[in-house]
Amino acid sequence: MIKVGSHRKIWGVAALAVALMFGILSSASADSGKTQASRVPKPHLVGEKGNKCVRPVSYMRRHHMELLMHHRDEVLHKGIRTKQYNITNCIECHASPKNNSVLGSNQNFCQGCHKYVGVKLDCFECHNPKNVKVKDIAFHPLIVPGKKPDAKPSLADTMRKKMTDARAHQEKSGVVK
Amino acid sequence: MSDTDKSRRKFIGTSAAAVAGLSIAPGVSLLQTAQARPADQAASSKNRWGLLIDSNKCSSGCDKCVTACFTANWVKEAHGPTDSQWIRKVDLKSLSNGKSHSLPVMCQHCENPPCVDVCPTGASFKRADGIVLVDRHICIGCRYCMMACPYKARSFVHHPLTDQNPEVPRGQGTVEACTLCDYRIDRGELPACVDACNQEGNGAMLFGDLNDPSSEIAKRVATENTTQIRADLQLNPGVRYEGV
Amino acid sequence: MKSLVYREIPGRSAGFYALLGGLGLFILAGLTAAYMMDKYGHIITGMNDQVVWGLPHVFAVFLIVAASGALNVASVGTVFSKTIYQPLGRLSALLAMALLAGGLTVLMLDLGRPDRVIIAMTHYNFRSVFAWNVFLYSGFFAFTAIYLWTMMERRMGAYKKSAGVVAFVWRLILTTGTGSIFGFLVARELYDSALLAPMFIAFSFSYGLAIFVLVLMAAYGWTGRPLGDLILQRLRKLLGVLVAASLYFVIVYHLTNTYFAAHRGVEAFILLHGGIYTALFWVGQVFVGSLLPLAIIFHPRLSKSRSMIAFASILVIAGGLAQMYVTIIGGQAYHLVLFPGYQEASSFFDGVNHHYTPSVAEFFLGLGGVAITCAITVVGMKVLRFLPESLDDQAVDPHAAAKS
Ligand code: SF4
Repeated sequence: MIKVGSHRKIWGVAALAVALMFGILSSASADSGKTQASRVPKPHLVGEKGNKCVRPVSYMRRHHMELLMHHRDEVLHKGIRTKQYNITNCIECHASPKNNSVLGSNQNFCQGCHKYVGVKLDCFECHNPKNVKVKDIAFHPLIVPGKKPDAKPSLADTMRKKMTDARAHQEKSGVVK
Repeated sequence: MSDTDKSRRKFIGTSAAAVAGLSIAPGVSLLQTAQARPADQAASSKNRWGLLIDSNKCSSGCDKCVTACFTANWVKEAHGPTDSQWIRKVDLKSLSNGKSHSLPVMCQHCENPPCVDVCPTGASFKRADGIVLVDRHICIGCRYCMMACPYKARSFVHHPLTDQNPEVPRGQGTVEACTLCDYRIDRGELPACVDACNQEGNGAMLFGDLNDPSSEIAKRVATENTTQIRADLQLNPGVRYEGV
Repeated sequence: MKSLVYREIPGRSAGFYALLGGLGLFILAGLTAAYMMDKYGHIITGMNDQVVWGLPHVFAVFLIVAASGALNVASVGTVFSKTIYQPLGRLSALLAMALLAGGLTVLMLDLGRPDRVIIAMTHYNFRSVFAWNVFLYSGFFAFTAIYLWTMMERRMGAYKKSAGVVAFVWRLILTTGTGSIFGFLVARELYDSALLAPMFIAFSFSYGLAIFVLVLMAAYGWTGRPLGDLILQRLRKLLGVLVAASLYFVIVYHLTNTYFAAHRGVEAFILLHGGIYTALFWVGQVFVGSLLPLAIIFHPRLSKSRSMIAFASILVIAGGLAQMYVTIIGGQAYHLVLFPGYQEASSFFDGVNHHYTPSVAEFFLGLGGVAITCAITVVGMKVLRFLPESLDDQAVDPHAAAKS
């Protein structure tokens, strides 16, 4: 199976753009008195804890998506659940202290940069952009960490009601066998 | 210590007991868990995870397994025909003798899954240890797998989602189903539904390795009168039933 | 035949631009619907976890099936050397490609993740009938385009026959593939039949031809070009035969299905008490789509009238849409039986037949596909030489014209 198809090209271009952007960014910050002639304002990213990324920063700028894509296949298809290149591990360091997320504004780590380079982010339709501690999750399923138990009717009640309703509805409309 | 913390402790205790294989009810052995695999080791085809569901021990009023699944996987919907249900309780009434049964139905984790056969992109796939999953990175949301599944086990995410369990990513426009709690199994824990059923003291759901002849599930499947749903299709599901 | 001159349609009249503008509006509406579905999710459609394929699929499959049928007119001319059909070959190929493009657009825009459609090409599961279809569709475009080229380019004329044969064989495979999308779904009782693929081929012949006849009449009527009775009557008779053949397949299909005890439930559902599906089957598919057009086509007086021929074609198309609705949605509305011999009930609608009410968004998405088909055809006819200047009896077949 071809694991990474033609969208890799897009990613490549994106990576290049990111690299370029960071290049400009660093030269700009070196001499912050001068204003750089750019129509798009450079993002001011927050959310970089310490100086200990899983690979050198220059490498990450170009290749983070490859690492992520490789790791996602390892996790999902093989069940290899090492922590290092897991997206949750990235989020843990890069979530903004303000909203605990890598998304939210153009200062947030992922969103800010992707917005700047104009590359569509396709992770967080499914992945939670917030920094939720994995150890919180590892408890019994009946407890969702940080969630107050609902006073509303239990799921069981709702579902049972739905079932009877559906049945009644169908019987009324005469489609039941 | 907050309430949550206390109950957490309590649950760690019970889970640990379950994992250690203690019996919580006479005759109900809970020695049925996977060994935690080292994180860097791949799932192996030596195992084939499966479930044995005993409808005699399962009552119509109980849906602890369903609630547990939804809670563990942070599936917060379940209000209408467009909402995901990875597991559901099916109530049966025999047309011949009027006897009723109740049992949970979820993805049956077939050995020959039709969803995997029909998926155009290969997003539906079977892990080496027999767990059938959807790779939502390459799922295009065509729903052909849902057409193909004889068990109605799959759901389509009909609207944007937020606040997913970090270990259970799920999102709009893709198809999802019971994962047998692959992330828990990989850690050596029981699937949430089985865990909850045990906590409840019902012990109607037995999890284990069908490939290991010494496992409880394999022994019972070999000796007792178990059935498969739609056995006529010869899909050899990993979920077996007893008592229907 | 030498006198046959193909020419672009002028396409300068107000009517022409009004037509294009109207089509553009429908395309825009279809795209808007697709955008909304992407933004808000399929929650804005009538589709749900029980009826997972809805109105867009009815339109899409209809257009795709009709696409291969529309190519038939060309095939009859080239492959079976029926010279009278040869002047129609170019239009036939154009229409086939336009229909396929329209249908595929709808299918693609209905995906949960239309942005990922490229993945359907990069990740390929060779066991999937759906994936074979991706391959069959691209092949259909390629072979039809080549075929068209051999018809339009004099120097390529020598290859016309072989290109025609390849395209013809390919279209048969394509419709078999489309039929098999459903035929392979053994879990669903309505689709668990080997007859599905041949039946789809019969459908494709009649739907494709009905659309072809309509487009032909409209194109000649609106541009004021002469269209003789000779060719039209031939097409009429052909349509009659094909509609009858489709009906025959429908009868055999339901009879054999009723014969299998396991399928009796779904048969009773479709034929007797399926509510809207039963109505659509008998009134839509059988009466409006088959019996009525047959009566018109073989009526001694009515069949002489052009408007009646056009009307019959419209009926066949309407019946075809009804058929797709019954096949695609009716087949899903009937519940799956998990435990034979038991009455089932659950929160996930086990044991009850499922509801589906199409939404406006789906409807416009489907119509958008139709509009794309029409727009491609209209623009195609304007920019390239698809239509003979005249199709009067003299031009079509001088000998026959002289005789009558
Ligand atoms: S919806 Fe996703 S998983 Fe299902 S068949 Fe389509 S691409 Fe495969």
